[in-house]
Amino acid sequence: MKVLVAVKRVIDFNVKIRVKADNTGVETANVKMSMNPFDEIAVEEGVRLREAGTASELVVVSLGVEQCRETIRTALAMGADRGILVHTDAELQPLAVAKLLKAVIGRESPDLVILGKQAIDDDSNQTGQMLAALMGWPQGTFASNIGLGDAGAAEVTREVDGGLETVSLELPAVITTDLRLNEPRYASLPNIMKAKKKTIDTVTPEELDVDVAPRLVTLKVEEPPKRQAGVIVDSIPDLVQRLRNEAKVI
Amino acid sequence: MAVLVIAEHDNATLSSATLNAVTAGAELAELGPVTVLVAGEGCRAAAEAAALVAGVAKVLCADDAVYAHFLAENVAALVVGLAADYSHLVAAATTTGKNVMPRIAALLDVAQVSEISAVVDADTFVRPIYAGNALATVSSNDAIKVITVRGTAFEPAAAGGGNAAIKEIAAAGDAGLSAFVSQELTKSERPELTSAGVIISGGRGMQSGENFALIEEIADKLGAAVGASRAAVDAGFVPNDYQVGQTGKVVAPELYIAVGISGAIQHLAGMKDSKVIVAINKDAEAPIFQVADYGIVADLFKALPELSAELDKEA
Repeated sequence: MKVLVAVKRVIDFNVKIRVKADNTGVETANVKMSMNPFDEIAVEEGVRLREAGTASELVVVSLGVEQCRETIRTALAMGADRGILVHTDAELQPLAVAKLLKAVIGRESPDLVILGKQAIDDDSNQTGQMLAALMGWPQGTFASNIGLGDAGAAEVTREVDGGLETVSLELPAVITTDLRLNEPRYASLPNIMKAKKKTIDTVTPEELDVDVAPRLVTLKVEEPPKRQAGVIVDSIPDLVQRLRNEAKVI
Repeated sequence: MAVLVIAEHDNATLSSATLNAVTAGAELAELGPVTVLVAGEGCRAAAEAAALVAGVAKVLCADDAVYAHFLAENVAALVVGLAADYSHLVAAATTTGKNVMPRIAALLDVAQVSEISAVVDADTFVRPIYAGNALATVSSNDAIKVITVRGTAFEPAAAGGGNAAIKEIAAAGDAGLSAFVSQELTKSERPELTSAGVIISGGRGMQSGENFALIEEIADKLGAAVGASRAAVDAGFVPNDYQVGQTGKVVAPELYIAVGISGAIQHLAGMKDSKVIVAINKDAEAPIFQVADYGIVADLFKALPELSAELDKEA
């Protein structure tokens, strides 16, 4: 089967973000960028399917500015076969990304699409569900296990608020990853070298005939109210006394 | 303005998060009624519970086997068929709401506004981004607004006092794309994390799942829910549904006690709106102390038994 994975370039999860002084957004200049952590899990899952022989080809797609090519290159170094950059400098919102991915799927005809459940920048948690809707495919969101035993179906264990839920999906399907699906590998140096020779094709939203105009307008971005550090107490009896008499919460 | 709140329920009662979503819906619907959709199998009792919620004008009840497990494919098809009558479709930002609402939005060709923390006006909302390290005010021009609601940001609507009419509606059929196989729900006598007044959470410092017994003992004395950091869940100490943080549950109890949790931004994202935060950690430099109202620098294996004993003493 052919597997398609999408990856997003985001501010690295370790960076403490700064809101721009003019409140138009978050400072991204000279900030370390990385692959969205949930997308790394998606790539890893695709690579494992490829290594197990379940997947015959693993295609990785990124959408956005020229530098997304580096994010694709990272996925290729992890083991993906080839890349596609949907190149645009325009702001892409989840619905537009889903439409672009639908157009790419129209060209690639994968049997399974794996995405991260959310990007850690806008925290939207939408694209996979939207893509499944536009394709008329089933969705397995927040996956902690993917079973591809039966031909034509996937059994997906989902992390839900009450615990775990397993659903069976007709293929083709869209699956979004949760944290416990796997632990992504680090690319080895030889694989990083090999990845440089792998192909990355480039297309544009215009070539895919997709309108990516944003539907939501960001009016302002602000810092949340800061929490003040409190006091270090000396002893457990002191803590309990304060919780009872000062904070009155127990 | 007409608002449809898609309820989450267990066929008998509404989830507490749905009551928060009704409050957000009522803020949106200043000029019009709030309708609640209860879709399930054998869900009449949940529909009756929804009819009693303050501020609800009408309940739609879709009682059919295809909604038994709230599969997104089937529920989305139902809601899309109802959407033309509404300006806003609203659900709690739980795993259920997050699963189904974007599917509805895409089928309607509209954006979704995820996990709003405030309503500015009928088109404009505040939502946290970057793990809550920034707050974005966004405006939607779409004809129908699809919204998920951060429960901790809205008071729950009163579960009683309402008297809405219940209308049975027809099912929209089985999409035939997916099927429920099984579930493993964590059983607990303790309160639910997202609605608990007191939460005590453990992190990597707990060292093992067995050691969570120290936390559970205190939880039971305080009537608290038990949570965990991602590190503790990843290490297999506790199940995934214990996780508090950016991608787990967002909580805002009266009292949050963080034990052996260093305080990564991803964890703080899920609990920093708690009213009072207590941190117990042996590392005085741990970032958790920067948000804690009360900190104790101590070995948790000494501090927890001492805390347990102290709670037994009369106030």
